[in-house]
Formats: sequence, structure tokens, C-alpha cells
Amino acid sequence: MAKITYIEHDGTKHEIDVKTGLTVMEGAVKNNIPGIDADCGGACACATCHVYVDEAWLSKTGDKSSMEESMLDFAEGVQENSRLSCQIKVSDELDGLVVTMPESQH
Amino acid sequence: MSSASAHVVIVGAGHAGGTAAALLRQYGHGGPITLIGEEPIPPYQRPPLSKAWLKGEADADSLALKPVEFYGENGIDFRPNVAATALDRAAKTVTLSDGATVSYDLLILATGARAISLPIEGKDLDGILFLRTAADAETLKATVGPGKTLAVVGGGYIGLEVAASGRALGADVVVIEREERLLARVACNTLSSFFQGYHERHGVTFELGETVVGYAGADGHVTGVKLDDGRTIACDAVVVGVGAHPNDELAKAAGLECARGVVVDLDARSVTDPDVFAIGDVAHRPMPIYDRMFRMESVPNALEQAKQAASAIMGKPRPPGECPWQWSDQYDLKLQIAGYAFDVDEIVVRGDPQAGKFAVFHLKGDQVQSVEAINSPPEFMMGKMLILNRKPVDKAKLADPSVSMKEVAI
Repeated sequence: MAKITYIEHDGTKHEIDVKTGLTVMEGAVKNNIPGIDADCGGACACATCHVYVDEAWLSKTGDKSSMEESMLDFAEGVQENSRLSCQIKVSDELDGLVVTMPESQH
Repeated sequence: MSSASAHVVIVGAGHAGGTAAALLRQYGHGGPITLIGEEPIPPYQRPPLSKAWLKGEADADSLALKPVEFYGENGIDFRPNVAATALDRAAKTVTLSDGATVSYDLLILATGARAISLPIEGKDLDGILFLRTAADAETLKATVGPGKTLAVVGGGYIGLEVAASGRALGADVVVIEREERLLARVACNTLSSFFQGYHERHGVTFELGETVVGYAGADGHVTGVKLDDGRTIACDAVVVGVGAHPNDELAKAAGLECARGVVVDLDARSVTDPDVFAIGDVAHRPMPIYDRMFRMESVPNALEQAKQAASAIMGKPRPPGECPWQWSDQYDLKLQIAGYAFDVDEIVVRGDPQAGKFAVFHLKGDQVQSVEAINSPPEFMMGKMLILNRKPVDKAKLADPSVSMKEVAI
């Protein structure tokens, strides 16, 4: 279990206990958190689970695959700390992780 | 009664119905929600059934859209194992297969589509499978493996995904297709021959231009597929993937206008009855970027229409315009498709099919109508934007992979 804080674009915070082994995307979707659409269910095919990872946690969330990198390259509102949340696996190491959602997933 | 406190009854607990229920709560709907499903389990993702799930890389929990407790905790009355058998629009009631009657203020039809069965000799033999539900996939997984031969009837995307998963499970696989090439209805020649070659290199055998006329059987179980040239292809199981038919009978019987599916407007609302919505595979819907109406079978479409209906019910602005899209995973290939190839007069291939990394653009004049991208996310992502925004492109730049996709628009 890891506590993850999801912050909506309007600042609304959701603190959720997410099971180890799920992805950060699944933690949001299974708890009906607004702001992460995840149309493809985690196949890295759609870039609608885009989040900004809190700077302090960037190194712990691992590296982007080239597939993720090129999907993000064409997503809207991309920043240095942008990730696709379906590609971040939750582990005990990520207990306390904070992610913020972009204005839109389109 | 205002929409915000209305009793919303959703018929069909698939991807579309389940998402509509969750979005209504997410958008603040305070009234009762009833979700009626024919299957024994709460809404789940179907795409992995022919992919990760079949290969044992996903389990029932990971398939579920929401945990089972979600429905109770959120005041959603989820009723499994029942079908809606009648709709009375005057009385605003739905009759269920268990004899119950449910009253609604607003109704969402999310009854989906069912796999088409070939009406041929032997069609009721055991071992002739469809891949629509988790139960179907469970049966298939228990049937195929090393030393078994799986015959796939239909060389479309479902058939090819099953073929790839069958090979991953160690089975011999033969795909039988009526047309002379794979994906004949949905893809161009370049893509068809690419997929055929890729599957052949992974050990799949193809019988193209062959019509299936019957199934051979012994002791009630299928043992082969009979072709019109007189041959019988021996097999231990068959998966039939020859298309789907919308489950619009309930709507038709209730006098709702149907074409190929329930005819709806941009809010997913029936054009016949403002208190009825239809979403997902069962809806015949407008698609403004192509200036026409059609029915789609895809998860993104189910989600988009769930959003449209939930937004309309909650008085939220209509979701922004969308470009329809879908995806398929086979072996190590990621296929992403944006748009539909309507009215196409030219095809531009970008990249090298031999290298397994290329995209096929379907153009109408200098506008992109659709793109099929193999292991090419930039082409898919930018293609989707070009289709949605109706931006003209420079064809020479589009055909040249050394020019960034960010520079192909005129």
C-alpha cells in the first residue's frame, strides 16, 4: 500500500491508499478520481492519463520508455515532469507520491 | 423533477454503461442510479480479453472498471444476471428477465452488440467460441495451448489478436478469411500484407478467399472447419470473429428510431424520446468531422458517449469535439488508428513497413481522414489532431519520415 495524493487542476486534493502493483492511473480510475481519463485502460495508446509528478518524486518514478516519451511529445500542456500515469507502477517506495492533473486530457 | 435528482436507469453494464454510472456520480448526480447487466460480474474492460488477459498477463481484478464495492458505496444499484426484456416509454418502465419492473425518469441504453454467428451446419457444437465476454475468454483460455490447433474464422482485428494470443499460448493457429486479404473491410493493401507477413513469421497459417460452409464434429465437439473448396481444416477449437450486430431490439420494439443502432443526437439522446439516451456499440450517432452518422464499436466511443450522456443529464457543457480512435496489440506491434477512411482519394505511406514502423495516411484532397500507425506514436498523435482540426497537410512532407510530424501541416 502507498498513499498517493492526486491533485485536480482546480486544486482539489484526493489522498488515496493504492495497492502495490497497481499503476498510479489505476489508483485514480478505480477510486473514480476526476481528471484521469485513461481511455485505453493502460495500454500506453492514448495519453489521456497524463499527470505532473511532484519534483521531489521524479527520480523515484523511474524512466520513461521511448513509447511513453513519444506519446507525451504530442500531448497538450507537457512539462519536464509530465508522465503517463499508466506507466508508473506503485511500490512501497512511492508512499507519499504527489501527482497533479493537467487542465484537460484531450 | 430536475435531472439532478432523477432516477437514471442504465440498461447494459459494459464499458459504456459502467462508465456512465461512474461519471454521473463524479459529476455530482444525487438521484438514484440503477445499473442492469446480463453478466454475473460488474463492468470490466473487454479489450484485454483478446490480448493481455488471454495470455495470463491480467486478472479479473485488473479487468474490472471499478472494484465491486464501488457500486454499493456510491449508491449505484447494480443488478447482475438480468436482461431487460421490455421497455414501456409511456409508463417509463423497464421489465427485467427476473420479472421485476423498474421505473425510470431517464433511461440510458448501453446494450452493446453481439458477435455474429454463421448460420451453418454444426454451429452448435462445443468448442465453437466467440470472444465477447470474460466467460468466453475463460473458455478459450482453457481450450487452447501447446499441441492444440485453433481455427480463427475471420481475418479482422479480433481474429488477428486472438491468433497472436493463441500463438503466445503455444497453439497452432490457422486463420480463415472469406476475402482475398486480411482486414479487407477496414484497412488498405499495405497494412493487410504487412499483418499477413508478420503473423506468418510468427507461425500463423492463412486460408484466404475461403468461405466456411460448416463445422465437422465428433461426440458433440468441433473437430474441423469445412471450406467451400471441399477441404476440412482440422482443429480443437474455433473462434468466430466475423463482426457484431447491435442489440437494438428493445429500442426498436419500443418505437425508438433505429438505423443500424439507436439513432441519437450529439448529446447521445434518442431523436425520438428526450428521456432516453443510447451510448456505445448500440448507438447510431452523428460524427461532425465527417458530416455523417454511423455506429462504432470501440472503447473510446463508449467512453465518449458515456461522457456526452452524463454531461447532458447533469447540464454540463457538451464534451469538446473528438476524433474517433482505436488500438490493437499483436505480438510486439502497437497499432493505433485515428479516424475513419471515408471518401479517400489518396493514400500516403510514411516510414518503412519492412522495419515494422510506419503509418498509412488516408487523404481526401489535402486533409487527413484517417491514419493507421504501426509502432509510430507521433504519427498517430499528430494524425489525430490533424483529423480533428481539419488541417490541410503538405503531402511531400507527410511522406518524408525525416520531417517531424510537427511540421507537416500547411
